[in-house]
Amino acid sequence: MMEYILKNGIVYDPANNIAGEKKDVMFKDGKIVENVSSDAKVLDVTDKIVMPAGIDPHAHVAGPKLVVGRIYRPEDSRKGVVSPNEVCRPESGFSIPSCPATGYRYSRMGYGTVTEAAMPPLEAKHTHEEIMAIPNIDITPLPLFGNNWFVMQYAKEGQIDELAAFISAWLKITKGYGIKIVNPCGTEAWGWGGNVHGIDDPAPYFDVTGREVIRALSQANEMLGLPHSIHVHPNDLGHPGNFPTTVNTLDCVKDIEKNSSVRNQTIHLTHAQFHSYAGTSWRDVESGAEQVADYINKNKHVTCDIGQITLDETTTMTADGPMEFDLHQLNGLKWANKDIELETGSGIVPFIYSGKAPVPSFQWGVGLELFLRIKDPWQVCLTTDHPNAGPFIRYPRIISWLMSAERRQEMMDNLEVRVWSYKRTGLGTLDREYDFNEIATITRAAAAKIYGYQDRGELTPGYNADIAVYDLNPNDIDPSKEPAAIEQAFGNAMYTIKDGQILVKDGEVVKVVPSHTLWTNVQGFEEQEKAVMEKVMPTFRRFYTVKFENYQVQDHFTPNPLITTVQASK
Amino acid sequence: MAYEPPVTDYDEIVENGTCAFCGCNCDDLDFLVKDGHVVGVRHACRLGASKVMEDMDQRLMVPMIRDENGELQEVDWDTALDKAAELIAGAVRPIFYGWSETSIETMKHGIRLGELVGAVLDNQATICHGPSLQAVQNAGYPIATLGEVKNRADMIIYSGSNPMNSHPRHLARYSTFPRGWFRKRGRFDRTLVTMDPKYSDTAKMSDIWVGFEQNGDYGFYNAIRAAVKGKEIDQDYVSGIPKEDIMELAEAMKNVQFGALFFGLGLTHTLSKQRNIDMAIEMLVDLNEHAKWILTPMRGHFNVNGFNIFMAYECGFPYGVDYCRGYQRYMNGETNTIDLLTRKECDVFMVIAADPGAHYPGGAVKHLAEIPVIQVDIHWGPSTEIADVVLPGSFIGVECAGTSYRMDGVPIYMKKAVDKPETCRDDEWIIRELHERVQKIKAEEAAAASK
Repeated sequence: MMEYILKNGIVYDPANNIAGEKKDVMFKDGKIVENVSSDAKVLDVTDKIVMPAGIDPHAHVAGPKLVVGRIYRPEDSRKGVVSPNEVCRPESGFSIPSCPATGYRYSRMGYGTVTEAAMPPLEAKHTHEEIMAIPNIDITPLPLFGNNWFVMQYAKEGQIDELAAFISAWLKITKGYGIKIVNPCGTEAWGWGGNVHGIDDPAPYFDVTGREVIRALSQANEMLGLPHSIHVHPNDLGHPGNFPTTVNTLDCVKDIEKNSSVRNQTIHLTHAQFHSYAGTSWRDVESGAEQVADYINKNKHVTCDIGQITLDETTTMTADGPMEFDLHQLNGLKWANKDIELETGSGIVPFIYSGKAPVPSFQWGVGLELFLRIKDPWQVCLTTDHPNAGPFIRYPRIISWLMSAERRQEMMDNLEVRVWSYKRTGLGTLDREYDFNEIATITRAAAAKIYGYQDRGELTPGYNADIAVYDLNPNDIDPSKEPAAIEQAFGNAMYTIKDGQILVKDGEVVKVVPSHTLWTNVQGFEEQEKAVMEKVMPTFRRFYTVKFENYQVQDHFTPNPLITTVQASK
Repeated sequence: MAYEPPVTDYDEIVENGTCAFCGCNCDDLDFLVKDGHVVGVRHACRLGASKVMEDMDQRLMVPMIRDENGELQEVDWDTALDKAAELIAGAVRPIFYGWSETSIETMKHGIRLGELVGAVLDNQATICHGPSLQAVQNAGYPIATLGEVKNRADMIIYSGSNPMNSHPRHLARYSTFPRGWFRKRGRFDRTLVTMDPKYSDTAKMSDIWVGFEQNGDYGFYNAIRAAVKGKEIDQDYVSGIPKEDIMELAEAMKNVQFGALFFGLGLTHTLSKQRNIDMAIEMLVDLNEHAKWILTPMRGHFNVNGFNIFMAYECGFPYGVDYCRGYQRYMNGETNTIDLLTRKECDVFMVIAADPGAHYPGGAVKHLAEIPVIQVDIHWGPSTEIADVVLPGSFIGVECAGTSYRMDGVPIYMKKAVDKPETCRDDEWIIRELHERVQKIKAEEAAAASK
């Protein structure tokens, strides 16, 4: 393999405290190195921004609800159609791009890794099938556990050891990376058309609360010492007055001790924007961003991603089935649902986040307010919860908003967003602007740390040569004044390098490589796993509709695995 | 029916095999294998068992090409593949149709070949549940996996579908009979309703049979919707059903805990076509304001849903996808197989694991008889009679492993039980070979053109 020097770039590598230093980055055989020989190929990136490749900690890019979205919204697939060329297959879709398009579009933005944040175990094979169809970007699938019948029973009975063994076994069975919890107990209630209201409202029949499920899963997570903490979508998503539920959710695991050296948090709050509302109804809704941000600022056991509204027409999809039915009742657009036996549910509804409407404008303001109020960039990541708050191709636009108070003010002044954006939120009072180092943190370094990645997210020798170069001279541009140039540059990487291979040059995909699937293999828990499987199997055989042999994900569904081996520790 | 003694003479049992018949994809089959053949099947319904066991009947064994006298002649694999590749490479408007009885792995090569030559890729949905998919695009798709029905449902409706004959284990394994977590007494805890003009075998065993008039589906569901919404029905009879019965049924449907509606081609293909399903979906959405309701199309072939899912994640559209301009286009009535054939647009037709000769309207078959047809399949059928090149494939789920998607979207990896006949090839291999050979021809053409 070739050796390369990226020469004279201006490097932002937050993990190594490098913030805008002019230096060379070298790599060989797919890894970052300190030195290369004189044969190394030189890529002149003089005065261009060099960062680790982007890492998206929360998106929905592969799996059953994505495909329901694509099947039932041909109007979305008719957008974003791109002809094939010698390198790329044809693309389609805007909010729910086809699998090949997903890979190319992340690549063009300089991204190298993305988390598929909701994998139903029963349909894990489907998720992995789609991952195989997405090129150029490594994918971390998180299996859903928050409404699993076995999990709810273990949580109710306080059997944390058995729960840990169950999780450990199920990560192997589904080839998953960590624990995802969505509207704990609420999605189970949706099995009967209901929901729970807050963290202490029990699921029907199982008589267990979200608090108990979250705590039990958090304890199991720490018992196993998984690289990622529990990944939580709290109850009450999108409801005015939901911020106390959010804060209570974060607070309910505060006493649980971290058991992993590779991450700092014990709970990751997902799409915080949808969970930071005060008031009692959409009439009197106010931003709760200050309270949520305040809690995060005071508590290091929490990280979050935002779920920033992008003001587009999109397709919302989440395992929070009851929320999606509410959304359908609200906007009257066509409703899809996909409930999964014994495990989870989901809903899918198109949505138009128009800046001409008060509520989307308010949500836009809440998201940005959170970004600007959370002080430590290592505790926050840039996401749109793709495609829920908007498609991931809008990340460069969000970066431009974060870097320019002037642009935000202009949007409010020109009524690109309605008055609720500043009258119901604190956005109008905030003039913080992110710098390039903070952008590098919230789009790559923090996400890598939150997931406990040991091979990406920084330009440390020995790490994967996952690098993005953007055609911007940070000494030459004032991002506050030139948001369009920022958006253009971050949307069209000058180089995207992954595992030492140049995949994008000057905004064009020049090479296509297969993706990797990242999953966690817990070791040292085999006896407990065996015991728990023996207990689980009679129930499994009676109530699932597939045989266990046909439930598990066979190895060929992950042809390029990157396995994180964890020694379970007590 | 005469008593058949159980099969006791076998060498081994292959457990947890998947049935390659209908969209139930029952994955609990035990194949009894002797001398490399399946001699018995446990747990399967008669449809599934007969398909698996009598598979050698009418089996296509060797590649064939039609000679100048119009007779199919045996040839070697290279000759047959070269001929097929030459036809595909030279085609202006090729269609690759079928796929519903083969694996996702095969489709992966098929779409790449389709993109390469600008083909139309289509499957059986174009003549079966296509209107259901159109309705899904109009009105929504509230679905659940079959285990949700088994564990929760207290009311099951089959509309325009007769699963006792078409999906014989559907009631037994997934919906009506099984004892579920919340339905401990199985059948006794559920109300079974059949909505069908015909007094079918399913209707005979139902608690309620609603025999509305032929083509009365749209009106009937409309009336149920009105009743669910608390509106007055101003006719005494709707679609032949008394107003009072409709009111009573609507009330019952509102008061269940979990209801599941399964619909078949009897709803999809009556006069109002996809508008029937539109109305059924809308009815179900209305019902969800009162109780939990889901619906699922009763898909026919074991992987017909798989092709729709596969195409959607690869290119964004479920079926009838046209690559003639390099990128994907999809427009019902424009890019579907029957339209293209009856307009005589198609010049080469490849059929994979399907039998258009048996199912297409006359006009479409007439055009097929006039153009080169390549058949990849395991059995001799009407399509073989019009095929110019025949490529014998293998039987997914018995002779060859592969991924398929059940009617509710649950993926199942169908494992292999016995070896295929030596002279046959895996579908996946055949399509990959065709892709490679067509690529070579295209490269040679490009090289010659640049000289």
